[in-house]
Parts: sequence; structure tokens; C-alpha cells
Amino acid sequence: MYSEGRKKVNDIPNHAISVEELAKRFGEVQAVAGVSFAVREGELFGFLGPNGAGKTTTINMLTGLARPDAGNIQIAGIDCTGNPKAAQHFIGVVPDESNLYPELTGYDNLCFCAALYGMQKKAREARARELLDTFGLADVAERKFAGYSRGMKRKLTIAAGIIHNPPLLFLDEPTTGIDVASARRIRQLIADLHLAGTTIFLTTHYIEEAERLCDRVAFIVQGRIVRIDTMAALLQPIQEKHVMQLAVLNSEPTLTDKLATAFPRLTFQGLAGGLIRVEAGQPVPVGPLVRFLEDRGAEVIEARRMQPSLEDVFVQIAGVEADAMRKEKEKKGGVL
Amino acid sequence: MKRWIAFWNILIKDMRAYYLKPPNVSWGLIFPFAWTGMFFIKSGGGMGNVLSLLPGVVAVSILFGTTSMLAVTITFEKRGRSFDRLLLAPIPLELLMLAKTSGAILFGVANAFVPIILAAFLSDLSKVVWSAAIPAIVLIAVASTFMGLLIAVSTTEVFEAQTFSNFFRFPMIFLCGLFFPIERLPVFLRPLSYVLPLTYGADILHGAFNANNTILFSLDFCALGAFCIFLFALSLRIIKRRWIL
Repeated sequence: MYSEGRKKVNDIPNHAISVEELAKRFGEVQAVAGVSFAVREGELFGFLGPNGAGKTTTINMLTGLARPDAGNIQIAGIDCTGNPKAAQHFIGVVPDESNLYPELTGYDNLCFCAALYGMQKKAREARARELLDTFGLADVAERKFAGYSRGMKRKLTIAAGIIHNPPLLFLDEPTTGIDVASARRIRQLIADLHLAGTTIFLTTHYIEEAERLCDRVAFIVQGRIVRIDTMAALLQPIQEKHVMQLAVLNSEPTLTDKLATAFPRLTFQGLAGGLIRVEAGQPVPVGPLVRFLEDRGAEVIEARRMQPSLEDVFVQIAGVEADAMRKEKEKKGGVL
Repeated sequence: MKRWIAFWNILIKDMRAYYLKPPNVSWGLIFPFAWTGMFFIKSGGGMGNVLSLLPGVVAVSILFGTTSMLAVTITFEKRGRSFDRLLLAPIPLELLMLAKTSGAILFGVANAFVPIILAAFLSDLSKVVWSAAIPAIVLIAVASTFMGLLIAVSTTEVFEAQTFSNFFRFPMIFLCGLFFPIERLPVFLRPLSYVLPLTYGADILHGAFNANNTILFSLDFCALGAFCIFLFALSLRIIKRRWIL
């Protein structure tokens, strides 16, 4: 079945996902408000936004776990708006929470998930073994899922999502709540899947993750897409900027205002922990800045040149502090 | 074919994960055994009374066996979100729910045979009309399972499902004519008896074991079948409305 699925979707020259004016309301809350986008075949598409922005609701509508109030969905050229089952052969889904069966072993979980897609016994057993090897879980294949660590659970959940070798994979927050080493390994696995030709729809609140992995990114805020573009196009305007971060002791609250007056061609932003962010269209003059600060009793303990990142773009476009967004999410148990 | 691979594997997974677990096997054996013993001692009618007790204990064993399990296999999985995995599989919802309920139906049928096997050692079962009794046992198991399904999909917590089940099960036992003939019930309760699926199942069992059914077998089977279809369709409707938001 899975080989058939890949062949069919490859025959479709257009988009792996095409969404028009998708909307969903839960009571008083407009979770998704007229979202439109398209994901090209073979693309790794990032869907970024803060908690409650509508990322998971969008995935649920695309995969058939939620019914849209309005709009059209096409998956692999198939109109799934009224019939979400029509394209479920083509898709793999990795939800934001590991939801395999705690009472089954890792191996049995994978075999069971393969059977749900109609794979024959020999094929699913071979595929399960292959994925356990790929994900470094062969040693714990016979251990019950309930006994897995969080990172292992996440890896097995991703393996279950691709057990039928789907040409289109939905990954909802794949690295949330796991340790750094596991997150790195999972990112590598995602990159490998992308290289192998799988179209990937990735939601994440880790902006660095999207920056590292994605071809294109959509920013969603309060149910609306505020920007969609390629990584290069998103980063290009801010890469022309020069950014520096100063760590200052004994700074007074009005210091950034005084700096702005003294250095009108620079932009200053006071950050938490005595940090001052300086932006300019040309190289930042460190010496005059340090002297100015020291003359006013502040002690500059570090001046670091910052590489502008997607996070800056996100903050600029979405008006949401990425750092705050990450911290909120990490309260749920995640670390990057 | 591929859909049936999924169907079969869901059934096998549930059997392994839930129904064949030692606590459930012992529940499936002890519960009907306890019911049989309790009614046998209470009746005080000796061995000759076994056949008259059999329809009651068979039906009650099926009812409790099936409805108790659905609260776990459906509500628990929905709560843990592993049910989403099934909803994401490319199989029709109808087939998926049939797969999820088949284990409970088989468990209910197996429960029914515990008192029957016990009775075979104590009484002569040669006059039992098996051609009516066996289809009735299967249909009672299907109807009870679908009733359990309806309860399971209408609740969000396992304890809610269990409590809600008792709300239906206990009144039904006493209103369906298993232990008290419907004619002896207060007049205002009698119409209620006829909207309970177990009433028709119990009537077939009374007829098959003791030749004292009050409704034609054909009508009983039609009514039971209609209840099965209605309960299943209603459960699917609730799943579509409440689970696929």
C-alpha cells in the first residue's frame, strides 16, 4: 500500500497540500480564521506560531480529526473537505503528544500501526525492524511503550507516523518535551526524511528548529497567517542589519532613551537581565557606545555581535516575543 | 482486503491488550459463576430449577461482560488519545467501530457459555432449542455491546462510563422479564420493558430453554436486530459529532 501511495502522489504535479480560506470556531473562539496556503511536493514547510495560534487545529482539519467550518482542503490533489478519509492513505501524522499503546511493546506498536494501513504481516514486520534500527530503538524493541523514556516515546511515535512510508508527513511539535540529544537526533531524522523526498508539514514553536530545517515558513497568529515565505526571503532584509547585544551592569531605566538620543542612527531595545540590543544599518561603533555608557556609571561586561535570525523576523512580523512563547511551552516539560 | 487486515489487527490487539488479560478472564469466569450460584441458592428449587434460571444468568453475564469492557477499550483509548490513531487510519468509521466492538461481542458470548457449561453438569439440556438460543446469545451480545458503545462514546471518563452503565444495566435486569415476568410488573412500567433490547433477548432465551416465550421468535429477533442497528448508528453519529469536532 505504501509504495502505491508514493507513486500516486508523485504523479500529481501540483501541491501536496492546498488550503483555501480554512476556518474553524470553537464556541466563542475563532481558532482558525480564513487560512490559505499551499505546500509543494517534497517541501519541508514550517508552520510557526505561539500557543493557541491555531497550529494544531489546522493540522487536525488537514488530517481529518476536525471538521472545518469553512474552506477547502486538497491533499495530493484529492478534495478532502467533505471526505477526510479520502487522502488518509497518503499521510502520516505525528501528534504533539505521543499516543501509542502503553501496554504494547515498541515493536508491536509499530506492527499494529502498519496493519492499520493494510500492510501485510511480512512487510510490516520488516518495516518495523527497519525503523527500530533507524531510530536507534532496536535494543528496546520488546520493552513496553509505557516503559520508554520521553525521547524514546517521541522517536517511536515518529516511526509510527512513517511506518507506511507516507509521501506526506504532518509533524506537530516533534521535539517538544525531550532532551537536547534526542531533539538533535530527531531533527536529523526529519532532515533525512526530507532528503528522501517526503513532503513535511512541521509545526514548531522552536524558531531555530524551523530555521534549520524548513524550506518555507508560515507564521500564524490568532488563527491568521501573517506571512508565508522562503527562509531566504524572510531572512534577507534582517541579514542586512547589524545587531549587537551589550550586557550592562548598574544600568538605569532611562539608559536606552539616552542612548537613542546620543546615537540617532542606531536602534536600542532594553531586554531583561541588563541586556541592551543595538540595531543598525551599518557596523555598530562599539567604542563610543561603551564610553557613553561608562560615563553614565554603567559597566559594560560584554559586547556580542548577533547573527540576525528567523526569531527576529518572527518577533517583527508576529509581534510575539519568541522567547516568551518558548518559555510558556517549556513549562509543559520541554527543553530544546 | 487491506481494510480487513486493519479490522483483524484491531480485534487481535484488543483481545491481547484487554480481553485476554488475567483480571478480565477471571472476571469473565467468576462473574457468571457467582450469578448462577446466587440465583440457584436463592431459588431453593433444586436441580430441576436450573433451566428456569439459565436465561437470566446467561443474559446478565452477557450484559455485564460486554458493557464493562467497552468503557475501557473505547473511553480509555479516547482519553489517552490513542483512539485518534485509529481515526487517522484509512478505514471507514463503521468498520473501525465494528472492529473495536467485536472483541466485546466475543467476550460476551464466551461469558454466556460459562453458566451453560455449568448447567450441563447439573441438568439435562437436551430439550434446549439451540437453533434459537445461540443466535439469541449472539444478538444479545451485539445489542449489549452497542449499548455499551453508546455509553462509552457519550462520556469522557472511564468512571463516568462505568457509572452511566449501571444506571442502565440494573433497571434493565429487573424490567426485561428475566427474573420477574413482565405481566407481574406494575402497569406503568410495562411499556418501558418493551423499549429495552434485553426484553426480546430474554424472551427468546425463555423460549429456547423452557418453551415459555411470550412473543414470536421472529418478532423477538427482528426487534433485537433493530435495536442493534439503532444503537450502532446512534453511536456513530455521536462519534462524528463529538469526536471529530
